[in-house]
Amino acid sequence: MLDLAPFYLTLKLAVVSTAILFVISVPVAYGLAFSRWRGKAIIDAFVGLPLVLPPSVLGFYLLLAFSPQHAFGHFLEKYFDLRLVFTFPGLVVASVIYSLPFMIQPIQNGFRSVPVALKEAAYTLGKSRLTTLTKVLIPNMKGALLTGCMLTFAHTIGEFGVVLMVGGNIPNETRVISVTIYDEVEAMNYHQANVYASILLVFSFLVLISVYLVNNRAFKVDPYHD
Amino acid sequence: MIELAIARKLHGAGGAVNLNLDIKIETGDFVTLYGPSGAGKTSILRMLAGLLTPDDGRIVCDRQVWFDKSKRINLRPQFRNLGMVFQEYSLFPNMTVQGNLEFALQKDQPKTNVEELLQLTELEQLRDKKPALLSGGQKQRVALARALVRRPKLLLLDEPLSALDTAMQTKLQDYILRVHRQYHLTTLMVSHDLNEVIKMSKRVLVLEDGTIKKDGSPLDVLPLDNLKPFITGNLSP
Repeated sequence: MLDLAPFYLTLKLAVVSTAILFVISVPVAYGLAFSRWRGKAIIDAFVGLPLVLPPSVLGFYLLLAFSPQHAFGHFLEKYFDLRLVFTFPGLVVASVIYSLPFMIQPIQNGFRSVPVALKEAAYTLGKSRLTTLTKVLIPNMKGALLTGCMLTFAHTIGEFGVVLMVGGNIPNETRVISVTIYDEVEAMNYHQANVYASILLVFSFLVLISVYLVNNRAFKVDPYHD
Repeated sequence: MIELAIARKLHGAGGAVNLNLDIKIETGDFVTLYGPSGAGKTSILRMLAGLLTPDDGRIVCDRQVWFDKSKRINLRPQFRNLGMVFQEYSLFPNMTVQGNLEFALQKDQPKTNVEELLQLTELEQLRDKKPALLSGGQKQRVALARALVRRPKLLLLDEPLSALDTAMQTKLQDYILRVHRQYHLTTLMVSHDLNEVIKMSKRVLVLEDGTIKKDGSPLDVLPLDNLKPFITGNLSP
């Protein structure tokens, strides 16, 4: 019998991480896209780190940071009664960090793709930066926002190294689908592993098709120039 | 009255240009900035609008200081009450024609401003269309109407008609003159079309290499040798 709990947990993790990342990423990407501050290269590099680091490196440092024996984990436990090691909230924080570039970079490119003149036109019409952001920029980069969300969602679903390091393998708490597959293979339950793996494969393929469909549609008809 | 005394180094495709000018524009005038590409015409409009910061100088509009380097005043574009029509229209693709105009309404401004301008620029039939479905001339009319919703005193036009065919240009010129008079605007237009400059402006500032080389009525300052027969009607057979 197929245990659906890992699927449920994985979906929950992906939805929560994507939602949090979306809220964080819009202002950060806005700053990175338009700021002329030289030091932004540091932020850019930090955001891009998960693309180049092995997940185990990231997972290892997060594990250290979250553990109550170290300052940050101790602080969280003492003042917020929050433990991030081997818990679902810990997985969420790790996923958010691990998927940063998948959300921020598409949104950043989206901001850059909107003609500067639109922003300037809104300013000369007396509109604040916030109004310009919500009424002019964001509605004209929906493709980028959707791409960011879908990539983050799919990437979180496919996480393995970071979640294993930070979350371990606790059923109904941190045992996500990728960890379950690994477990089944270790236990030589190849059939069960195959069922989980094929579902994940089909799902990821469908997400990527959606991303490309959205982008093709967004770029086929340029609403700005006819 | 607009007082503009500014300096800025501009870096363009043709090399660096030191923009340096000191001009005054009377309220209600229609003034054209005329000159070759790269002379700094658009930059002047952008500095007036607050989209580009001068290296030095002062900009005063109706006794309100918009920019003063020595006093470190630099009003943001939002607080400079002007209308700007961009060369590339810059309509918001996500909004309808009416939506573009309504977006420009300020707090406490009545929606009748939008209706009045839709009528004046004959856009009522197109009010529910998105910009992508409009012709160049229609888009420029929307851009003009949108710039005026806020009821600015100063209108800046950056080569507003350069992308249109001649018939459409003539029609749009009439619209611009109509709103200029109706709303008692002070209008500053960038153009390098001699016919347009002669038809529309009272005063022309000829800009070359970053400075005003000539200042006067179109017939006095423009290189009109080729056009004079047409203007005076003395065409030889």
